[in-house]
Amino acid sequence: MEKELYVFRYDEEKKRVNLRLVGEIDHHSAAILRHEIDEALMKKRPNLLYVDLSGVDFMDSSGLGLIMGRYSLMKKLGGETVVLNPSPRAKKILTLAGMEKVIRIEKREVKADESKK
Amino acid sequence: MKAKNKVINSIKMNFPSLSVNESAARAMVAAFSAQADPTTTELADIKCAVSEAVTNCIVHAYPDSIGEIYISVKILEGRKILIEIKDKGRGIEDIDLAKTPLYTGAPGEERSGMGFTVMESFMDEMKVRSRVEKGTTVLLLKRLTQRR
Ligand SMILES: Nc1ncnc2c1ncn2[C@@H]1O[C@H](COP(=O)(O)OP(=O)(O)O)[C@@H](O)[C@H]1O
Ligand SMILES: [Mg+2]
Repeated sequence: MEKELYVFRYDEEKKRVNLRLVGEIDHHSAAILRHEIDEALMKKRPNLLYVDLSGVDFMDSSGLGLIMGRYSLMKKLGGETVVLNPSPRAKKILTLAGMEKVIRIEKREVKADESKK
Repeated sequence: MKAKNKVINSIKMNFPSLSVNESAARAMVAAFSAQADPTTTELADIKCAVSEAVTNCIVHAYPDSIGEIYISVKILEGRKILIEIKDKGRGIEDIDLAKTPLYTGAPGEERSGMGFTVMESFMDEMKVRSRVEKGTTVLLLKRLTQRR
């Protein structure tokens, strides 16, 4: 029953995490995601977190809360956050909240060597 | 919200405020609304707005308990969809404040405070009625584009 909600890949050399979110992000799934992602981030303490939204087919403002929360955690850890490939709808939600002024939003592929474990 | 238009079809549902029901609720409203032949974008707008309203019932109306959530969907003449999402929970003291972008009454919970803003921007009309300790009703109206 539990569907895969994310793929977490850590690049040891570059100290980067590529977090690919998958499927539907709402308040229910965000609560699960938050818990598991934070545990992994605290363990790895990366310099850079990519949040790749290309695999997300539904997201509401709870997804926004999830991204904002991870951004704050990364800031505390001294790292940066970049949001990748939001759908036009996800982008609209991010923009409604003025997030593009706070977090870098980019449209691109994470190269294989960047997302390798 | 002037719902003077004739009701072509309608459906009602209610379910307990378990967060696992968020996806089922928006999917059911979308499945019924699909009868009115909305565009993919219109259907996604509806799904997102319903998800926001239902989440608010779960998170804010019944913060420490499980209560009932009531949804009614009406397809109205003139290609309109009217959705009512109701709870009998805690209620909202100051509705204008609650609607303010980025305002949240639950700052510890990692809420973005953008729920009402999302509902307003994805639907054509939104109306909130609430009484403290009695509950809240959110009315959402979507006007579908004409198709031929
Ligand atoms: N059904 C409800 N019952 C009680 N309070 C509500 C309800 N819906 C919204 N609210 C109040 O309005 C505020 C704003 O809601 P919203 O814009 O969805 O932001 P968020 O859910 O992120 O806090 C909530 O934080 C809450 O205080
Ligand atoms: Mg909300």
